[in-house]
Amino acid sequence: MVGQQQALHTQTLAELAKGLLNAEFSSYELVECLLSRIEEHDSSLNAFISVMAEQALTDAAASDKARAKGEVGLLGGLPIVHKDIFCTKGILTTCGSRMLENFISPYDASVVEQLSSAGAVILGKTNMDEFAMGSSNETSYFGPVRNPWDIERTPGGSSGGSAAAVAARLVPVATGTDTGGSIRQPAALTNTVGLKPTYGRVSRYGMIAFASSLDQAGVITRTAEDAAMLLTAMAGFDERDSTSVDHPVPDYVESLTRPLQGLRIGIIQQHFDSGLDEKCASRVKDALNVLEQQGASLIEIDLPNLDLSVPTYYVVATAECSSNLSRFDGVRFGYRADDAKDLLDLYCRSRGNGFGVEVKRRIMTGTYVLSAGYYDAYYLKAQKVRQLISQDFKNAFEKVDVIAGPTTPTPAFPLGDKMDNPITMYLNDIYTIGVNLAGLPGISVPCGFVDDLPVGLQIIGPHFAEETILACAHQYQQYTNWHQRCPEGYE
Amino acid sequence: MNSAWEVVIGLEIHTQLATISKIFSGAPTKYGASPNTQACLVDLGYPGVLPVLNAEVVRMACKFGLAVNARVASRCVFARKNYFYPDLPKGYQISQYELPIVHDGELIIKGDKGEDKRVGITRAHLEEDAGKSIHEGLDRSSRIDLNRAGTPLLEIVSEPDIRSAKEAVAYMRKIHSIVRYLEISDGNMQEGSFRCDANVSVRPHGQDKLGTRSELKNLNSFRFVEKAINFEIERQINVLEDGGEVAQETRFYDSDQDETRAMRSKEEANDYRYFPDPDLLPVELDEAFIAEVKKTLPELPDAKQTRFVKQYKLRAADAEILTVSRAVADYFEATVAAFKDHPKIAANWITGNLSAALNRDELDITDSKVNPVDLAELLSRIQDRTISGKMAKEVFEAMWADKGSADEIIEAKGMRQITDSSAIEKIVNIVLAKNPNQVEQYRAGKEKLLGFFVGQVMKESGGKANPSQVNRVLKAYLNKD
Repeated sequence: MVGQQQALHTQTLAELAKGLLNAEFSSYELVECLLSRIEEHDSSLNAFISVMAEQALTDAAASDKARAKGEVGLLGGLPIVHKDIFCTKGILTTCGSRMLENFISPYDASVVEQLSSAGAVILGKTNMDEFAMGSSNETSYFGPVRNPWDIERTPGGSSGGSAAAVAARLVPVATGTDTGGSIRQPAALTNTVGLKPTYGRVSRYGMIAFASSLDQAGVITRTAEDAAMLLTAMAGFDERDSTSVDHPVPDYVESLTRPLQGLRIGIIQQHFDSGLDEKCASRVKDALNVLEQQGASLIEIDLPNLDLSVPTYYVVATAECSSNLSRFDGVRFGYRADDAKDLLDLYCRSRGNGFGVEVKRRIMTGTYVLSAGYYDAYYLKAQKVRQLISQDFKNAFEKVDVIAGPTTPTPAFPLGDKMDNPITMYLNDIYTIGVNLAGLPGISVPCGFVDDLPVGLQIIGPHFAEETILACAHQYQQYTNWHQRCPEGYE
Repeated sequence: MNSAWEVVIGLEIHTQLATISKIFSGAPTKYGASPNTQACLVDLGYPGVLPVLNAEVVRMACKFGLAVNARVASRCVFARKNYFYPDLPKGYQISQYELPIVHDGELIIKGDKGEDKRVGITRAHLEEDAGKSIHEGLDRSSRIDLNRAGTPLLEIVSEPDIRSAKEAVAYMRKIHSIVRYLEISDGNMQEGSFRCDANVSVRPHGQDKLGTRSELKNLNSFRFVEKAINFEIERQINVLEDGGEVAQETRFYDSDQDETRAMRSKEEANDYRYFPDPDLLPVELDEAFIAEVKKTLPELPDAKQTRFVKQYKLRAADAEILTVSRAVADYFEATVAAFKDHPKIAANWITGNLSAALNRDELDITDSKVNPVDLAELLSRIQDRTISGKMAKEVFEAMWADKGSADEIIEAKGMRQITDSSAIEKIVNIVLAKNPNQVEQYRAGKEKLLGFFVGQVMKESGGKANPSQVNRVLKAYLNKD
């Protein structure tokens, strides 16, 4: 049997769950295998900030014991890694920042708590853009993550560590967070599946805030099925997060078999007009054709205010971040400058040295848009435009069940390419940001390659239509095998 | 006060709501715990934590709104007030800004001329308190106690309708009385549960435009409010009359020096960058909720006062004193219930002897050593002339010292008053016989001597003779021959 067994690291979460169930291998063996892969590959990828090898092996052994007694959760013994934005009790939680370089969280985030109580074994914490502010993982204090498809290129961001780890088969699944595309964009650039649920579907408690009204926890996997498994364990109302929604949580795996037949897919013409790489456009169109061939209908829709989403986002998100990051003042936790002369000096140097350039840029932008005399012109106006964008989507969803299009304008770009010009970096999120502004669920699924670099198809649904977009992505994966392609050297 | 100037005052009262836990966390609000033992991760502003609104504060604010005839907003929003300070853990205070929970209320107070005067209540909003910075006794360092961080406050903002320090105190006392009636705050001023900032300005009489105001901080007693405002009025008038200009500034009241001083204006340029807190949903209150809260409102001081005057035929002044707190009013009504038909006597005793004893021992009426039923027993003994009013005071003191009930003390001390006329006549005869000269003088017209005779009779009786009977009998005997 062992000889015929598919290598553990190449299996999906669903396959691994079956293998554990059938006692083909133990959780301990599985974790051991993945830890050795992390050991082997992470020095070049830099996907991890912390690897908890010892704890993971202990947890895996405990899980095997529990399984022997028949006490096993939905994710019993299955490996997972968390983006380092999620607080993990007793474990370093850095948020990719010098500010939290030595911060050991005294508590677990809800997401961590829920996945752990379902039995998942945590292997480590993944690298990310500092405070999730970035689209290339280059703003991390712990150095950029490299894309396993081409290590001179970005894996995207901010959940770049999670995406690279999953793409390189170091782990089957990872958590991430998405404020403007931070799950979907890296998924698209690494040939993985990235699911950003509806705002309020998953608790934000314990997820270090970037922009509270936009942040949403999700997952990066290789299949929609794995994403469905994880979402089933993560979703739900949390009384510790007032913005989480008390909406029933279905078994997302069960609805994956919904056929594409009759599905009305909206296509936004603006997405294909300008800015989109031509080759990417043709991969996305191919994907849409696949969906159409399986019985879906493509319907052109118009989102008239969508082109305002990038500026709107960079007002709302920076405003919220400028306030959210005020708590990092060197007083109670985190980096504190030595030998402060006085209070102002303590603040200035702790924050000045503790935060990186991009974080400081956004804090300053956010402070500006909220300041007296500018509030109406920026923040208030942005909120109004945000309403218009939400309404555009709402109108569209009266005619279609989902909206599909490109996740990013280009495939992975070289590291260092956009760091000098924040605007070109911000424009990388042009297709993903509107979804956050409207609080909708979105998923990116691998849909082909351009010059050996992966391209993603984004599928967007109405609020709480995770079942629909997961089923659509899953069905697409039944007819395509892009997601099975593995970057060279990581087979 | 200089009558050429009109004084304009608006008050901002911060009252701590009497919830068990904090406004956005489950940590306890109890006062006096050792530093930083009552602050959880939410209060400490740890990365990733989120606020969750305590529903009780909404109910309490709603109660207040209804009690001051205000509008309770169907939708109110929490906002962030951003500024850096070490005792403000998140770097922002969660407060309400554009859409407060209560607005457009009013209060009727006694104005300077004794008239009924309306003071508008602009708004009342919910917010969290900050922690406490401790600088004293520390060499070049500060300590922070975050126990108070996240304690719920209701900030009550008046219109600039107040025209004197006295009116300001009357307004503040009334708000104090209302929040305690509603049981939404303990109103404890020593512990900072009820404190006030005053915006004070002056302008020439007849001028429409308001003068430049100063904001007085740290007014944590009624006396300080009055003194600070009076000091400030005089200071501003002096500045203006000397041809100067009043600076718009925040001033601190120093009760030791009895003066206000400008605070260092380091933070003057603060731009709080208010915006709606995205971690909290807008609070929506429907009519049914408000109606339900309305049902829980107790009888309020004004209504109770009116009823006391009508039902018990009390003087308005007495009714006012008796309704200052719900506990006093309850005590009064419990006494009257046990001592039927004589509410005025009960009122006199409660506002007089009882309240003196409470003040002397610094006790709240709920901790009174004499309960209403026992007081009623004492009053009944006066009424049935078993003892005199003077004796009653002695009995009361003995009751206060826990020596037994009124009847037990009267019995034990043999204090039963002599009301038997023949016994009194006997004593009168003895006294008159002993003082023939004085009798002569009295009969010659020196009627002042009556007091002397009363005193002698009382003395002879060991203080037990009924004074009014003694008076009557003496007069009769002295005028006889």
